[in-house]
Amino acid sequence: MRNIERSIMDRDFVRLPEAGRFAHVIVRPSVSYWEDVFRRLGTDKVALASGVVIAVISALSVLVPLFCKYDYDATDLLHINQFPNAQHWFGTDAVGRDLWARVWVGARVSLFIGVGGAIVPQLVGIFLGGVSGYFGGWIDMLIMRVIDVGVCIPSLVYVTLIMLFMGSGPTAIIIAIAMTCWMDSARVVRGRMLQFKNREFVISARTLGASSFRIIFRHILPNILGQQVVSITSAIPTAVFLEAYLSFIGLGIQSPMTSWGQLCQAGSGYYRLYPYQLFIPGAFISVTIMAFYLFGNCLRDALDPHLRD
Amino acid sequence: MDGKFVEVSNLKKYFHVGKRQILKAVDDVSFSIERGSTLGLVGESGCGKTTVGRHLCRIYEPDEGAIRIDGRDISHISQRQCRELAKKVQMIFQDPYASLNSFFTVGEIIGEAFTIHKMFRSVKERRDRIRELLEIVGLSAEHANRFPHEFSGGQRQRIGIARALALSPELIVCDEAISALDVSIQAQIVNMLIEFQRTMNLTYLFIAHDLSMVRHIADDTAVMYLGALVEYGATDAVYGHPAHPYTKGLLSAVPTPDPVYERSHRRIVMEGEVSDPINPEPGCRFYARCREAEKLCGEVAPPLKKIGGNHMVACHACKEKEGERST
Repeated sequence: MRNIERSIMDRDFVRLPEAGRFAHVIVRPSVSYWEDVFRRLGTDKVALASGVVIAVISALSVLVPLFCKYDYDATDLLHINQFPNAQHWFGTDAVGRDLWARVWVGARVSLFIGVGGAIVPQLVGIFLGGVSGYFGGWIDMLIMRVIDVGVCIPSLVYVTLIMLFMGSGPTAIIIAIAMTCWMDSARVVRGRMLQFKNREFVISARTLGASSFRIIFRHILPNILGQQVVSITSAIPTAVFLEAYLSFIGLGIQSPMTSWGQLCQAGSGYYRLYPYQLFIPGAFISVTIMAFYLFGNCLRDALDPHLRD
Repeated sequence: MDGKFVEVSNLKKYFHVGKRQILKAVDDVSFSIERGSTLGLVGESGCGKTTVGRHLCRIYEPDEGAIRIDGRDISHISQRQCRELAKKVQMIFQDPYASLNSFFTVGEIIGEAFTIHKMFRSVKERRDRIRELLEIVGLSAEHANRFPHEFSGGQRQRIGIARALALSPELIVCDEAISALDVSIQAQIVNMLIEFQRTMNLTYLFIAHDLSMVRHIADDTAVMYLGALVEYGATDAVYGHPAHPYTKGLLSAVPTPDPVYERSHRRIVMEGEVSDPINPEPGCRFYARCREAEKLCGEVAPPLKKIGGNHMVACHACKEKEGERST
């Protein structure tokens, strides 16, 4: 019995030659928050796939109109309503314009409105919500009451009015979207601001004598920006869709300029005879919106600090 | 009382919560701290300790009363003067996880003070000073490029201390600076603080609810209950002859590592809940829980009065005892 114990002891507990060298080795390299976020995004298949879709659509919308042999607004009355073929990849419309060219010019407009319509209201919201939450008092009261009134008015009312005043270009649509969407982000940012302004690291910055400007922009905003980036990504599909909807009901982009929504609207009249005129731009809207939604979801997961190890 | 480094007199801070409801967070608190000494401020959660501490850094503006630091009244100063105050008064925080901005490296956290006050402008000077501060608190220079989440609680607290020392302040408010740490780390941090006090002639306001730690570090001790001081005096006097029933209760609740004493010792158990600090009743704030309460206690709030030396207590019932002791 004693011998067995002894043999176990001898075999299993070998003194390391130089214990000091093994003690306290830091294995993990120092990784910043953003490096971590990109690493997680890179390993996420859905994020990669939707990112690739977004990248390809954006790249083609820039490149195709430059190199296409047809102009998006060149009519050709000898070749109207052609089904997709070798000459016209997506066919032609009722006045013989090449739909392949029009879809990619429309992509430029739709994506521009999508990104602009997501970022502009977010910036307005961050600024006003931040001021409202950080300073409080009468300015908070004022901004919050304006929002309370603003959200009560249906957004279509503003949008119609703005379109009447400013015409129906992409800028007008972005402003219209900004007018309706800044209020939600302002509320969210205000809430986050209230949550952060009494955190100890903010108090400590105040104790060090930091100005309000420094506290807002160096301390609090970086902490809430991650969430706002996510909401920008998930606002892009909303803006793309809103543009499509406005153009579809005839308030948005007007022919011969085009966007995906405008193409759908033009195609919708004859969709039984020429279904490709409606379904091709419709498919682009769906795929793009889905890609941005999925990417936004993955980004939210990647940014979530609780998933950090 | 003149010549004291910190003098707080009749400090009041009321917060408005809801309509016509006032939370008397700090109600008529006065104390002073001599240069190079430590005042321990104890009391249970929500009694206003932190609010008092934050007044000294001018995070809050007092509603009434005066705060003099080194002879200058700081109770109503401009934002620019607050920046100057930062070079005199700094703070160490309770939660080492919440008190460091997770987007900054340790070097940026400590160096932020230099950016704000335009000190150590050259890159090399700045780096040397940050390294020096890190070494003072027992970390090393290579830690400057890491992020707070890569450190343990104790190490983070050391970073917080280095940040507080960056501007070479004279007064440091330690707001529960050790409560979130485990006991062995607490001892390291407290000993480090005592060491700094000796070498840099620092003055501390040491806010805590750990009575034995306060006894270890503080020269004077103040006991707070619901926004008011109930007992105040030299630490030995307060711990040796507690006069206020609340202090007695607190001290009797401190566990001792002596089983024989623990078995024989009868703990004073305080009954009831802390009364509501919103729109408090007149009279002594401890009235509802006090075992020595008299009729007078429910009607008139007792003022702080001397019971020997600088030992002061706010209790009607303690008057006779003072007589007993002097006879």
